Amino acid sequence: FVGAGGGNDIQWCFSQVKGAVDDDVAEADIISTVEFNHSGELLATGDKGGRVVIFQQEQENKTQSHSRGEYNVYSTFQSHEPEFDYLKSLEIEEKINKIRWLPQKNAAQFLLSTNDKTIKLWKISERDKRPEGYNLKEEDGRYRDPTTVTTLRVPVFRPMDLMVEASPRRIFANAHTYHINSISINSDYETYLSADDLRINLWHLEITDRSFNIVDIKPANMEELTEVITAAEFHPNSCSTFVYSSSKGTIRLCDMRASALCDRHSKLFEEPEDPSNRSFFSEIISSISDVKFSHSGRYMMTRDYLSVKIWDLNMENRPVETYQVHEYLRSKLCSLYENDCIFDKFECCWNGSDIVMTGSYNNFFRMFDRNSKRDVTLEASRENNKPRTVLKPRKVCASGKRKKDEISVDSLDFNKKILHTAWHPKENIIAVATTNNLYIFQDKMN
Amino acid sequence: MECTLDAQSLISISLRKIHSSRTQRGGIKLHKNLLVSYVLRNARQLYLSERYAELYRRQQHYPDGAPLLAMPACPPPAAAAPPELAALPLPADTQDREARSCGAARGGAELLEVPVCAVPPELQRAPCRDSSPGFYRAPGSAGPGGGGSAAPGLLYAAGCDFGSGGAPHCSSRTTVLDLDTHVVTTVENGYLHQDCCSQCPCCCQPAPGLASPPPAPGTKRKYYPGQEEEEEGVEEGEPGGGGVAGGPPFAPCTKRARFEEYSAEHPQDSSNISNLISIFGSGFTGLVSRQQADSEQPLNGQLCSKQALASLGAWTRAIVAF
Repeated sequence: FVGAGGGNDIQWCFSQVKGAVDDDVAEADIISTVEFNHSGELLATGDKGGRVVIFQQEQENKTQSHSRGEYNVYSTFQSHEPEFDYLKSLEIEEKINKIRWLPQKNAAQFLLSTNDKTIKLWKISERDKRPEGYNLKEEDGRYRDPTTVTTLRVPVFRPMDLMVEASPRRIFANAHTYHINSISINSDYETYLSADDLRINLWHLEITDRSFNIVDIKPANMEELTEVITAAEFHPNSCSTFVYSSSKGTIRLCDMRASALCDRHSKLFEEPEDPSNRSFFSEIISSISDVKFSHSGRYMMTRDYLSVKIWDLNMENRPVETYQVHEYLRSKLCSLYENDCIFDKFECCWNGSDIVMTGSYNNFFRMFDRNSKRDVTLEASRENNKPRTVLKPRKVCASGKRKKDEISVDSLDFNKKILHTAWHPKENIIAVATTNNLYIFQDKMN
Repeated sequence: MECTLDAQSLISISLRKIHSSRTQRGGIKLHKNLLVSYVLRNARQLYLSERYAELYRRQQHYPDGAPLLAMPACPPPAAAAPPELAALPLPADTQDREARSCGAARGGAELLEVPVCAVPPELQRAPCRDSSPGFYRAPGSAGPGGGGSAAPGLLYAAGCDFGSGGAPHCSSRTTVLDLDTHVVTTVENGYLHQDCCSQCPCCCQPAPGLASPPPAPGTKRKYYPGQEEEEEGVEEGEPGGGGVAGGPPFAPCTKRARFEEYSAEHPQDSSNISNLISIFGSGFTGLVSRQQADSEQPLNGQLCSKQALASLGAWTRAIVAF
C-alpha cells in the first residue's frame, strides 16, 4: 500500500540509519533486540556484545513540520558481560535477548534487559545540574582544611552539560536453568514474567531473591521432551492472563487465578497441520518464534518460519487470518536447513490492531494491512538513504520469468536478515534492524 | 515436498549440527537441538522404511524369508554369502564424500556420549559408506526395484525390527547428566553388536593406524580429543575403518530379527546409519535390547512409532546432557 492509492495508504520514507557502514560486521555489533518505550520518545537496542543503546527523539521542530524529530543517541551502557558457569562448564553469552520498558513514573526511565540467564532492571536518569559551593570540599572533591574556613555559604545547583547515567537497580539472577527467551511486564506494572525453554517465572520488580514458577513443562523423563516454550507475553489489560507459544506451533493462554502453577492452560490455540505440506522440516517451520498481543488485547499474532497468523482470543481452533511472509522459501527448506537459516527467529509487531509487520531475508520486511488485505515488501538499504525518499515496494519472483525490478529467490541474500522490528506506539514510525544497522522509517507527512 | 538431500545426508548434517552445538558459545540450545532431532527422526523413518522396502522387494525371491531381514550390504562381497543369510548386496558405489561427512557425524555422535560409554574405538571407525547408490530421494520416488512400497505399516515396522535385530550382543552404558537436577544416571542398555565387532570376521577393515586391539565388550573407554580428526583422515578414500586389524574384505552380512547369541554371521554395517542407531543405544532400548530381540516381535506400525518416538527422546536426552 505504498504509492498511488487511497488516502489511507502509508508511504514509508527513509529517515535515518544508525550503525557502522562497512560490510565487515563485528559479531558484538549484531543487533539482537529493538524496543520503543511507551511514549515512543525513546528507542532501545540491544546487541550481541551485551550493550544497550538508547536513542531519543528530538523535540518536534516547529519550522520542520513535515518531519518528526530525529532519533539521536541518548545513552549507551554495557548491560551484561559474558559469564562462566563453572559447575556446568558453560559459557553464558552476554547477548541481550530482550528489552522491555517500564512506563515512566518519574523523571527517570526504567527498562528490563535480559541475556540467557540474568534479568536486570536499569534506571536511566539525566543529570543536568550539579551542586557547587560546598564549605568543606573543593570543587575537585578534595577536602578543605576546616581551619581555613572563614565564612559559610549554602551550596547551589548550577547547570552542567547533560549527562545520562544508567545504573543497574535490580539484578534477577539464578532462576533459569535453560535459556531465557522472553520477558514481559504485567499491566499491574509491579510484576513481570521471564520464560526459558521449559519454565516461566513470575517476579516482583522490587524483589530479586525470589520468583514464583508459574509454568513448568519439563517432563519427568527428558527423553519424553517433545516441545519447548518459545515466547511468552502478558495480556496488555488483564493482569492475570498471559500466553506462551511452543515449538510445536501451539499457544496456551493461562490464568494465574486458576492455580499457582499454570500447567493446565485455560485456552489452547492450535491449527491442525495441513498434511499436504508435510516434509522433513514440518516441525521446524511450525515452531513459533514470536507472539504479540494487539494493543487492545483482543487479538494476538504469532510468527512461524513462513507465516504470520492472527488469532482471536475467542477462537482456539484456528487463526482468523494467515499471512504468508515468504512462501517461496517452502521449496528451499532443505538448503535453509543446511545453512541454519531455518532456525532464524523472526519477530513481529503490531500497529494498534490493524497493520502487522515482520522481517524476512535480503533485508526485506513485510507489512500486512488487516483491513485492506493488502501487503507490501520493503527493503532496508543504504541505497535509499536520502531522508524523505519514499521506499519502493519490492517483489520476489518465485519462479518463471523474472520481471524487471523483481528479484529472484536464488538471488536473495540469506545473510541479510531482518529479525527485529518495532513500531512506534503512537505514530507511523518504524525501527527495523538489519544485522548491525538500525533503520528508522517514517510515513510521508503531507 | 521435494528435498534435494537424501535421508542419509540429512541424518549426517543433523548430527553434525548437534555435534557443533556442543562447542558453540552459550551452551547447548535445547530448542534448536530438539528441532534437529525431529529432522533426524523424520529422515530416519524415511531411511528405514525405504531400506526395508528395498529388502522386501528383493526378498520376494527367498520364500523362506519370514522375519529374516537382510542387511543391504556392502560393496561387492569378496566371499560368497552364506546361503542361509540371503544376503542382498546392492551395487557398490562408495561415496567418499558422504563417508567423510558421515565420519564426522559419527565422531560427533560418539562425542555426544560421556566418555564412560562403552562404545569401543572401532565403532567410531566403522565404515561409513553409503553402499546404496540408488538411495531413495523421497517416498515413492523411483529407486532400484521401482516405486512405492507395499504395506507401509508392515514395512515400517519391519524396518524397525531390522534395526532391532542388529545389535543384541554387547553392552553399552551411557551416562547422562541432567543439567537441571544435576542427577547423573547411568543407563545399561541392551547389547550393541558393534562392541563385538572385533570378533566379527565380516566386519569392516580397521582404520589404518589403529593399532590397539578393541576393548572387550562392556568395558569403559576413554574419549580423547583428536579422535575425530583421526577418523576423518581415515575415511578419506579408505575402504573403511573399524573392526579387527587384518580382517577380511567386505562380506555381506545380514541382520536377523532375532538373535539367540552372538554368531559369526554378523550384521555388516556398511551403512553408518545403523551404527549411529547403535551409538544412541540408550534411547533405542526398544530396538536394540537383547530381551526384545528374543521375544516375538509383532510387526505392526504402532510398535514402531512408539519406538521411533522413544528414539527421538534419546537424541534429546543425549543432547540435553551436554
